Amino acid sequence: MSQDSHNDHDQDGGYHATVKGYVIGFLLSVVLTAIPFWLVMDQVLPSPRTTAFVILAFAAVQMLVHMVYFLHLNTKVESGWSLLSMVFTVALVVIMLSGSIWVMYHLNTNMMPHMDPQAARNMP
Amino acid sequence: MSSAYSPDAPTSLIFGRLTLDAIPFHDPILLATFAMTALGGLGLFGLITKMGWWGTLWRDWICSIDHKRIGIMYIVLGLVMMLRGFADAIMMRAQQAIAFGDNAGFLPPHHYDQIFTAHGVIMIFFVAMPLVTGFMNYLVPLQIGARDVAFPFLNNFSFWMTAGGAGLVMISLFVGEFAKTGWLAYPPLSGLLHSPDVGMDYYLWALQVAGVGTTLSGINLIATIIKMRAPGMNLMRMPVFTWTSLCTNVLIVASFPVLAATLALLTADRYIGTNFFTNDLGGNAMLYVNLIWIWGHPEVYILILPVFGIFSEVVSTFSGKRLFGYASMVYATVVITILSYIVWLHHFFTMGSGASVNSFFGITTMIISIPTGAKIFNWLFTMYRGRIRFEVPMLWTMGFMITFVVGGMTGVLLAVPAADFVLHNSLFLIAHFHNVIIGGVVFGLFAGINFWFPKAFGYKLDDFWGRVSFWCWFIGFWVAFTPLYVLGLMGVTRRMSHFDDPSLQIWFQIAAVGAGIVALGIGAFVIQLIVSYLRRDQLRDKTGDIWDGRTLEWATSSPPADYNFAFTPIVHDNDAWHDMKQRGAKQPMTGFKAIHMPKNTAAGFVISMLATGTGFALVWHMWLFAALGFAATVLASIVHTFNYKRDFYIPADEVASTEAARVLKSA
Amino acid sequence: MANASSHAVNYHTADGAPVFYDNGDHHPQQGTLLGFWLYLMSDCLMFAVLFAVYAVLGRNYAAGPSGADLFDLRLIAVNTAILLFSSITYGFAMIAMQHGKKQAVLRWLAITGVLGLSFLGLEIYEFAHLIHEGAGPWRSGFLSSFFILVGTHGLHVMFGCIWLVTLMVQVSKLGLTTENKRRLMCLSMFWHFLDLIWIGVFTFVYLMGVLP
Repeated sequence: MSQDSHNDHDQDGGYHATVKGYVIGFLLSVVLTAIPFWLVMDQVLPSPRTTAFVILAFAAVQMLVHMVYFLHLNTKVESGWSLLSMVFTVALVVIMLSGSIWVMYHLNTNMMPHMDPQAARNMP
Repeated sequence: MSSAYSPDAPTSLIFGRLTLDAIPFHDPILLATFAMTALGGLGLFGLITKMGWWGTLWRDWICSIDHKRIGIMYIVLGLVMMLRGFADAIMMRAQQAIAFGDNAGFLPPHHYDQIFTAHGVIMIFFVAMPLVTGFMNYLVPLQIGARDVAFPFLNNFSFWMTAGGAGLVMISLFVGEFAKTGWLAYPPLSGLLHSPDVGMDYYLWALQVAGVGTTLSGINLIATIIKMRAPGMNLMRMPVFTWTSLCTNVLIVASFPVLAATLALLTADRYIGTNFFTNDLGGNAMLYVNLIWIWGHPEVYILILPVFGIFSEVVSTFSGKRLFGYASMVYATVVITILSYIVWLHHFFTMGSGASVNSFFGITTMIISIPTGAKIFNWLFTMYRGRIRFEVPMLWTMGFMITFVVGGMTGVLLAVPAADFVLHNSLFLIAHFHNVIIGGVVFGLFAGINFWFPKAFGYKLDDFWGRVSFWCWFIGFWVAFTPLYVLGLMGVTRRMSHFDDPSLQIWFQIAAVGAGIVALGIGAFVIQLIVSYLRRDQLRDKTGDIWDGRTLEWATSSPPADYNFAFTPIVHDNDAWHDMKQRGAKQPMTGFKAIHMPKNTAAGFVISMLATGTGFALVWHMWLFAALGFAATVLASIVHTFNYKRDFYIPADEVASTEAARVLKSA
Repeated sequence: MANASSHAVNYHTADGAPVFYDNGDHHPQQGTLLGFWLYLMSDCLMFAVLFAVYAVLGRNYAAGPSGADLFDLRLIAVNTAILLFSSITYGFAMIAMQHGKKQAVLRWLAITGVLGLSFLGLEIYEFAHLIHEGAGPWRSGFLSSFFILVGTHGLHVMFGCIWLVTLMVQVSKLGLTTENKRRLMCLSMFWHFLDLIWIGVFTFVYLMGVLP
């Protein structure tokens, strides 16, 4: 139930955005985006595996930057419930992603027909 | 049944692939069902017209944003769909009891396959889920001392989306056909190549529409519990039912998106021709199984946790004692919630992921049984040295304790991958999950119905017919499913419409008798409802606290006023109402203030019916109507957001007179 | 985590006796922002499924084109920049909202909307080009998962733009009421969340997609 009369004060759920906060977040994001693009487009690092790990790490950091500077996530907003629910969600995402990759890798190895890469390339 | 739908068949712009062939004129069973449904429907329409109830039905029920009315509507939906789902069950039992050797039974395979698919889909999505949601909707605001849920309009919309999904499934009975793939619709069988018919599309759109309702309802109840508790009710003073509701809704919000995404991918395979789960062009059908069970396992905990909460309330009330081990109950519930996300592979041990993966998930599955065991002990310890009253809800609870524990044990047996390799998809599995779902969820729901019916309607349910219903369900369940355990151990597979080995027949015949006894139990329940209504004056609940309850819903009148509480209670301890009674709390009878309430609205009904219609159009490839329906749904939602005047005030003197009348009634 | 009431509650009378009923001033807290945040968490899980599907099927080229063959990283860099800019322009709209400046809010929202539509335009161009090249979503498991993941994100941006226009109309008609401010905050969370998901998309799909 909503209306103006009872909720004009900043509840504990409110946050205060600042120009400085957004600009810092923006600049950090620019850097954290530009570096991965550069690493891949210019093939800077020797191995693709290392590149993959590095850019994933940059992505994780940039997501944190977005959460702190743009989404204003901290322990005080909404009495800590938004942070708790985000942590829970991230845990589930990790379980779903890693679990699915682990399970599907095993299933594919055990159950998909074996063939050499040449034959595989010529399959429909 | 209807003709096969070739993907190349010509479609009209208006009607898509819908033709008169879709109506099953040639099927006597369906025609008879339709005749009965039509007669019943006409009778109902006639009754409503005669009594002049259309106005109140629309204003006070369809447009209602009151959580109590929405809760009742969910429960009515669930009970009505239970009749359909049970009819499917009776047909299956009858078919399997007679179809041996030369006798092909009365259900050809393509019909039988639709029946077991519909049975599963209806029972899980349109019986158990609405019933559980209805209970949570009705009780949580009352138990936390609130006046409604956090988002009352969204609540109404969620209900009508669920009803819309149920409607699509029911329509499939008479227009077209239903899926023949089993309730989880594994590809490649459910893909376009092997199921080009409309049945699979009915399945997909019904579940997507209903799924939106369920997810939004989950968000609603979490926000309600977090934000709207009465002063003094910190988390560890909440009733156990509210705790289990919180965890259930967390599971809902955290698992239904997975279902929605997975079904959407299957829909894309069928409508756009993508290759997620196809056998060729880089698809992987096993991925579907993996994803759907990531949803599917939390789903079964969504069904059982609220019912565990019901049992906690019933046991403590009828033992006259505070619940034993409140804190451990809470921790056990939270642990179950978290662990339910790391067991899902036990549903497909045999798909071939190998020993390392299988043993991990086998171990986690066994671990998750431990908190449930802790709960059973807590209930037993609550009863120990209590002054037990064997009212009907308590009977259901004791039936649950015996039945569910056996079912749980067979589950732990199935958790051993090596055993599961023998028992997977056998009748043993069927017996196991019916054991826990009927013994757990259904028994709990009947306990809850008998317990809270007086609160919702102002009079108790008839005691005698309640006991008849219980004993028929209890005995009927064991007679129906013990043979299935035996058959499963002998190696008999599920979903068969015909058998060649005559030595198996006796077991199926016993099972059919059991199903008949359950049917008597359902009949007794219907009679209970009717008899109670006729005897309502003798069964009247005058005080609002007919069982000497312990939690805040019993502090209201029966039924509660629209606003629930004239004054919000202030909570000092667990079992808040019991605490208030012990310490002589008296509600003030003066100083009433105007109460701020949300307005009823038609928007939820309208938007959800537009969405349902869009689903129907998509099923039949009526692209024009689908596009129009989708646009209309979005437009109606936008128009609704322009409505800023969604509330009103109940004047203080009206509150005062309602409360005064309540005092008079309980004198 | 006890809940706070919006007025002082007397739990005991002056002489220490417990008070069991509030005096009628109790109003429950507003749940809209938390509720919307919970919806975003559910959306996050939905995207997680699409990412998992891409992780499993993302190299199933079915003898067709791969990411390295198809992705134009410069286009993606431009789109990433557009979306990131739109996040900060929405942020400036929120600051204007905090200061009660209706016209400034509308201006920043308009700029955000234009950026959002540009993002969509480029993405539609990219999709059309791929389909034209024979690399549509039906070509392989890789392309199916690519189109659905990136396309679902794009659909969310599209709904965000529709919502943004609707809110602009509502703010311009009714001003920065409490209700409208709440809606602006919800759209703010939605918009930033979409940028967050995009980080995952450009990293996991595009950048890793061109790596061998």
